[in-house]
Amino acid sequence: MSTDTTTTTRGAKAPSESGQLSIVGLLIKYNIFIMLAALIVASSLLSEHFLTVQNGFNLLRQLVPLFLASIGMLLVILTGGIDLSVGSLAAIGGMAVAMLMPAMPFEGAIALICCVLLAISAGALLGAMNGIMVAKFNMAPFVVTLAMMTMARGLAYMLTNGQPVRFDRELSTAQILKTFGSKGLPWLGIPWPIVMIAVIIVVFILILRRTSYGRMTVATGSNETAVRLAGLPVARYKFLAYTICGGLSALAGIVVTSRTSVGTPVTGMALELDAIAACVIGGALLSGGKGSVTNTVIGVLILGLIGNIMNLMSVPAYPQQIIKGAIIILAVLLQGLGNRDAKI
Amino acid sequence: MERLSMSGISKRFGGIHALSDVSFSAQGGEVHALMGENGAGKSTLMKVLSGAYDHEGGEIRIDGNRASIHSPHEGMKLGVSIIYQEFSLASHMTVAENILMHELGEKFSINYRELNRRAARLLDEMGFSDIDPRSTVSDLTVAYQQVVEICKALSHECKILVLDEPTAVLTNHETEKLFRLVRKLRDQGVCVIYISHRLDEIFDLCNRVTILKDGSTVGTWDTNTLDHDSLTNLMIGRELTDFFPERNAKIGAVALEVQSLRSGSMVSDVSFSVRRGEVLGIGGLVGAGRTEALRAIFGADKRDGGTVTLHGQEVHNRTAGEGVRNRIGLLPEDRKHQGVLLDLPIRDNALMTPVNPFISVTGWINQASERDKVQELWKELRLKAASQDANVSTLSGGNQQKVALMKWLVAHCDVLLLDEPTRGVDVGAKVEIYRVINQLAEQGAAIVMVSSEMIELIGMCDRVMVMRGGRMAGTLEGDAIREENIIELAMGQDNVH
Repeated sequence: MSTDTTTTTRGAKAPSESGQLSIVGLLIKYNIFIMLAALIVASSLLSEHFLTVQNGFNLLRQLVPLFLASIGMLLVILTGGIDLSVGSLAAIGGMAVAMLMPAMPFEGAIALICCVLLAISAGALLGAMNGIMVAKFNMAPFVVTLAMMTMARGLAYMLTNGQPVRFDRELSTAQILKTFGSKGLPWLGIPWPIVMIAVIIVVFILILRRTSYGRMTVATGSNETAVRLAGLPVARYKFLAYTICGGLSALAGIVVTSRTSVGTPVTGMALELDAIAACVIGGALLSGGKGSVTNTVIGVLILGLIGNIMNLMSVPAYPQQIIKGAIIILAVLLQGLGNRDAKI
Repeated sequence: MERLSMSGISKRFGGIHALSDVSFSAQGGEVHALMGENGAGKSTLMKVLSGAYDHEGGEIRIDGNRASIHSPHEGMKLGVSIIYQEFSLASHMTVAENILMHELGEKFSINYRELNRRAARLLDEMGFSDIDPRSTVSDLTVAYQQVVEICKALSHECKILVLDEPTAVLTNHETEKLFRLVRKLRDQGVCVIYISHRLDEIFDLCNRVTILKDGSTVGTWDTNTLDHDSLTNLMIGRELTDFFPERNAKIGAVALEVQSLRSGSMVSDVSFSVRRGEVLGIGGLVGAGRTEALRAIFGADKRDGGTVTLHGQEVHNRTAGEGVRNRIGLLPEDRKHQGVLLDLPIRDNALMTPVNPFISVTGWINQASERDKVQELWKELRLKAASQDANVSTLSGGNQQKVALMKWLVAHCDVLLLDEPTRGVDVGAKVEIYRVINQLAEQGAAIVMVSSEMIELIGMCDRVMVMRGGRMAGTLEGDAIREENIIELAMGQDNVH
């Protein structure tokens, strides 16, 4: 067994031998699950209110925008790219839905669906522009999406001259949106945004595991040349990743608007950084080719719980950021240990 | 006293002996050629000398003193410089900055006037006063970049200069300039070790020649005691063993016909045809345009002219995807970087084709039947791996190559373009790959195989086309497929016997 590892070259990751999994190996392999469990235990010890259904729902509902942005970000990161514009596209999505609702010629559920779809399309369109620049013109994703981040944020401010978009809350369209943001299923009272994100997570797990698009997206990040020489449309996979990421980001902004009943151009500030952090904590490689939806979801939960725990402990906001950063480093360090272990 | 003396040098990669008990010595003030087939161990030996590789056993002496070289930096301090085919220049910096790079890091502030003056003097001494030390390296021609690289080596004490196929990328005129420079260095007492495949250059430039073969020294001769033929024979000197399994393929109709193919600067005129069940070899030197020809037929590179006919129908593959849809498969020369996804499972690698019967129009994968198909191919190719979910990086080179082939079998490709299919795998794996190639030919596939190993071309191919400088130099059939004929065609000697 160990002779196999000596023949693999440098650069290629040596196999983790299933036969020799030690306890340390298990700890490293499942480090994010353990971290999540530890955070949950710690939270419940710190506060008797933590392990209540209500707190759970609140926490998850707050995390819905980050879930959406992180899944989009994961697709892009899997191809070996990065998308810095998700926060700005969230602002565009949130603004768009707030501005469209009063402008629609009719009211009600259908009108809301139209508004939401249009707002998502706006995000997807801007994401597609990122995709064209990266996939067709071979520009560096960091640069392209940095430019889009600035431009989309500027556009969001320009739409209303920097003012938040308030809309008539008596409008039936707006009331349905508010219901979505604040109420839940009649059964167990699960908030609607949580139902929605659960469905989306399952859909993306299936896309990445069971469709050729998903698997070739991973393959593109793993070895773009090999995929191209196999005759597959690498540019299309990349383009789609940025487009989907743009659409999901806009949806994240819509969810924020549904909760606050106001569309503001400052929505999603630094959302891209949290999304990248969630992917990285979940073990995604920024060079592409490695990462999973499940692990990214756990990455989001870890980030959310860290915030929650510190609020329970009444840690002030500024030290919270330092601790958050330290935990990101710790998570990635653990993964690095795991890889180094396999290389021996 | 010898300037350089290496004795008893051995080097293994995994289980493969790249060098076994090699001895090599060279004097100051001579140009010493190092020759041998691809894979004979020339580059490995020079990498041991430079310190890029560690060696097992043996010793290196420079000017009689035992030298312990464990890194390129230590090699450099002892006066050993190697110029590889790929230059190690910082292409966005100036000529002077590159030549005197080792000094840039030593001082806090840089006196550019002084730096440029010294670089100019060095260039002038070498007879290249027309290179401006302030110009950016990437603006220079390849030949001048090479001069810069040599000047960089000479900017500190250089006792031994190794040139690894320096003329491969140069024009005739540029080659002459380089030779003048090499002779000048020789006259100054530098020991120049010269690696090249071009026989003419060896006789023109070198005093002595050492021949390596399969990781061992054949011997050292004065070049004026040899001629083209005797040198060629010394490089071959091996029996064709029963290394190659039997093939009982029925040769059928013409499957692929290529006429006057042109592509980029590397392929200027290539015509050949290959029948079902036939294995056509393409021989030639590195840089003869063989890889590029395959890529252009497949669709990975743009075709600038000529026609490609598949089963009697003219096709034009503009992308690799179109090539695959026309049922052509290409196995690239660089397996790890172009052929397989190392960090992904075997199954994902086998799936990686646009013609995949297990994917519905919606993109949904039928996992069960896909697993069955991979299992079937697994048996057929006698793959050795832990499971379908094992990462390709855990497999041996030969098995990785089988995985790279799998996708073309999933896509039912019956014209297979194999580019150096056995590069970097050990002998046992080579035989396995030969067996698979034979099997595919027996099933009616038309196979085009580029190889730099003579013995492979001779043992495996029904016909061998030799390329030189982007053109077809000739085609050999039957008994004419002999090492000397291939070499003569590849190197441009017209006295084929």
